[in-house]
Amino acid sequence: MKPKHQRLALLGLGVLVLGAAAALVLTAFEDNLVFFHSPTELATKEVSPQQRLRIGGLVQDGSLVKSGSDVRFVVTDGAHSINVAYRGLLPDLFREGQGIVAEGTFQNGTFTAREVLAKHDENYMPPEVVDALKKSGEWQRSGGK
Amino acid sequence: MRRLVYVLPLVLVALLGVAFYFQLGTDTQKLPSALIDKPLPIFNLPPIEGDGVVLANSDLAGKVALINVWASWCPPCRIEHPVLMGIAASGVAIYGVNYKDKPDDAKRFLTQLGNPFIAVGADRDGKLAIDLGVYGYPETFIVDANGIIRYRHAGPINKVDWEQTLLPIVKKLQAR
Amino acid sequence: MIAEFGHFALTLALAVAFVQATLPLLGAHRRDTGLMALAPAGAMLQFALVALAFGALMHAYIVSDFSLANVAQNSHTAKPMLYKVAGTWGNHEGSMLLWALILSLYGAAVAAFGGNLTETLKVRVLSIQGMIGCGILAFILFTSNPFARLDPAPFDGQSLNPLLQDPGLAFHPPLLYLGYVGLSTSFSFAVAALIEGKVDAVWARWVRPWTLAAWGFLTAGITLGSWWAYYELGWGGWWFWDPVENASFMPWLAATALLHSAIVAEKRDALKAWTIFLAIVAFALSLLGTFLVRSGVLTSVHAFASDPTRGVYILLFLVVTVGAAFALFAWRGPALAGTGRFEPVSREGALLINNFVLTVAAASILLGTLYPLFLDILNAGKVSVGAPYFQRVFIPMMIPMLLIMAIAPMLTWRRADAGAAIVSLKWAGLVAAIVGFGIWLFINRASALAAFGIAIAAWLFAATMWELYTRARTWRGLLRQPRVSWGMTMAHAGLAIAIAGMTASTAWKVEDIRVMAPGETTEIAGYQFTLSNVSDVRGPNYAALRATFNVRRNGQAYTTLYPEKRIYDVGRQPTTEAAIRPTIWGDLYAVIGDADGNGSYVTRIYFNPLVGWMWTGALIMVLGAGMSLSDRRYRQVATADDTVEAHA
Repeated sequence: MKPKHQRLALLGLGVLVLGAAAALVLTAFEDNLVFFHSPTELATKEVSPQQRLRIGGLVQDGSLVKSGSDVRFVVTDGAHSINVAYRGLLPDLFREGQGIVAEGTFQNGTFTAREVLAKHDENYMPPEVVDALKKSGEWQRSGGK
Repeated sequence: MRRLVYVLPLVLVALLGVAFYFQLGTDTQKLPSALIDKPLPIFNLPPIEGDGVVLANSDLAGKVALINVWASWCPPCRIEHPVLMGIAASGVAIYGVNYKDKPDDAKRFLTQLGNPFIAVGADRDGKLAIDLGVYGYPETFIVDANGIIRYRHAGPINKVDWEQTLLPIVKKLQAR
Repeated sequence: MIAEFGHFALTLALAVAFVQATLPLLGAHRRDTGLMALAPAGAMLQFALVALAFGALMHAYIVSDFSLANVAQNSHTAKPMLYKVAGTWGNHEGSMLLWALILSLYGAAVAAFGGNLTETLKVRVLSIQGMIGCGILAFILFTSNPFARLDPAPFDGQSLNPLLQDPGLAFHPPLLYLGYVGLSTSFSFAVAALIEGKVDAVWARWVRPWTLAAWGFLTAGITLGSWWAYYELGWGGWWFWDPVENASFMPWLAATALLHSAIVAEKRDALKAWTIFLAIVAFALSLLGTFLVRSGVLTSVHAFASDPTRGVYILLFLVVTVGAAFALFAWRGPALAGTGRFEPVSREGALLINNFVLTVAAASILLGTLYPLFLDILNAGKVSVGAPYFQRVFIPMMIPMLLIMAIAPMLTWRRADAGAAIVSLKWAGLVAAIVGFGIWLFINRASALAAFGIAIAAWLFAATMWELYTRARTWRGLLRQPRVSWGMTMAHAGLAIAIAGMTASTAWKVEDIRVMAPGETTEIAGYQFTLSNVSDVRGPNYAALRATFNVRRNGQAYTTLYPEKRIYDVGRQPTTEAAIRPTIWGDLYAVIGDADGNGSYVTRIYFNPLVGWMWTGALIMVLGAGMSLSDRRYRQVATADDTVEAHA
């Protein structure tokens, strides 16, 4: 092959790889971005029951009910609360009053969690939860009085 | 044209650097509370057990004081407690806000580890904590003689925090 | 007193690093041998001083000197000795000191073993190492002093996170840092080459062993971290695409690409600017990892307590270091055009394609990791990019790469006959087809994709073995193979084995979560698990709930598993200790959960097929790196014509 053709062939191959990668990234983003909602946002917004999403807040004290491996609890940001249903073992650091993040779907007022996350740090508060709680605090200060 | 390709990485690094810098700026840990330099919210809290009012805005009037939001179920509060005992022993006024706790647990906590608080009010529904914008436990506020919040410390106070950060603020406020 | 001594040594080290970073560089420019001689001496001295400081901190941990704030916050008298020692680097300040220690260790190693380098290159490499040392030492001294005192000293420490009290995690950071920081050497070589304006075969041969060492440690570190997550987190998973995991994986991908492009630069005098670019990118990505973990900009299960001032400093360090290198690259890079002509079908062509795929894969992981950050900055909502994104993007990219990777060693340099190479691999293709089809037919027809994954692993393994056979032919020939070739064969075969493990453990994992009362039995993957009893036991510094599972297979007693749920005395934090019985074909994995109050317990039991293959494969890859490193050719002395310098 002539040098010019070689360059073209290599360039073409490069463009092909890049194009394929871009297509992969875009389709994967489309399906796999999980948006974060606070309990207040969930209470005021419509979400599709198929949409995977994350919620975060504090686990309300005294709300944890276990029956076998089925768990129910309430996540609150102080302004609104959501009922959460989960099947499986909760993380070691799950406690009432602690901040958690759960991933799953929301339908008929119940959040069905596929995954419950708590961080491996005793002082942990996930940043999303902090934000959600702050927002609800603001909301209450301005809206409540 | 060919040279441009070689400049591209530099441009990307610069852009990423700027993006990271802005994200750092919004870091939640050190972000001062929206209430800094604003008056304390109005509150009147009942005791840990029973009715009545043991802690209200008027109790704090005229002196520099710490308000510590704690709960017996919070492990960092346990770690922080000996430091609070030390602070109380040094003569600085600390008031406790007991957040969403079971009365028996809260009382046991104070009997076992000691009570550094001049008074403890129970924030049973967590309303004061929300008004204060508390997002983690424990959290401590420094309030001046006029009932204005001057500083907020999120998380447990350790000796270094106290000596290097909080105590100088308290001293400065007392000197005014 | 010892702590003050350590602090003093650290301050001296900063001064030494400053001298090492400046004067020798001037010396190299002016050909002043006196100034140039400061570089190796400085590198040795800096290492000695940082090692003293590190020793002082470790001493404080061993004797539990709680008058040091760092020790008081991160240690406890009740901790076993191993974890007191490991506690030295199990916290922010100590881990940064470890970083500095390893950096100066590499500097000293270049000074000691770089005798075959041209003098100016060696001096410039050491100067760049000195600059990085200045940055990190100043960071430690000004924002994260591990020797700060507490007065009065507390009676006892505040412990280490019990999850971190684990042998796997104790040695994970040192290995990972040996990898991360090792890439600083490749970086320094790249920057020194840009300053000299010269990249040639000899340079490429020098940069390779340092990259190889870093790559080997990085592979070992990532594997150990993954293994830790597997047995400690109690979910039977081994990779979560967590930002911090990605932060270690991206430099690995870049270093892998760098290893291969350096070969092309050496053999064909081509891809020179690209090799320099990769060397900078690999170190930039490992600095980014440090930044992400410590600044709290991204949420992660592994994050240390975040501190914005430190974050700003590390960010500044990152931008200045990488920015300066890329500025130099923008200036000098265009002059680095190679002489080698490039046929698309040739060994260098195949290496280039795979280099490109690896880089694009690293870029797409970077995009996924940082995307939430970008959206947050634009106020477009809080999102998380989960594991499915990374799987969907990364795995398809790896398929063509693995196919080519098997063929590339069969291709000749300059111009190859791809058809002939593929035909010569017909046996490997046959093996792959039989394995893949056999699995699809006899094990699980439902997951054609998994069968395909195993087939690809078989293809790579068989092709690698066939390539070794065509090179050696006889047993004697096998012994005569140079060690670098053995290294390549081991690394490729190890990857094939690891991929088989990854595919199988992802596709055919069996999970059983249920509530069991003592005496109950459940069957999983042909094994009968009986929960025979649950009892309370005491450990050295924890209390635990211990379950006894009697496992039977085909009616015969097979093994007994003892999973625990521990509560550490300090901190009262519960942790899950999974019980694992490894076998060649898969791990039996049991976890005990909470009591339900009626005498029953939540249990989780897994069968994880071929998990052990991953660790074995990774180990073979690491050994392959060691094998390559021990080759004589890396110790050859530079030839005379290399010392002639061509200024750009």
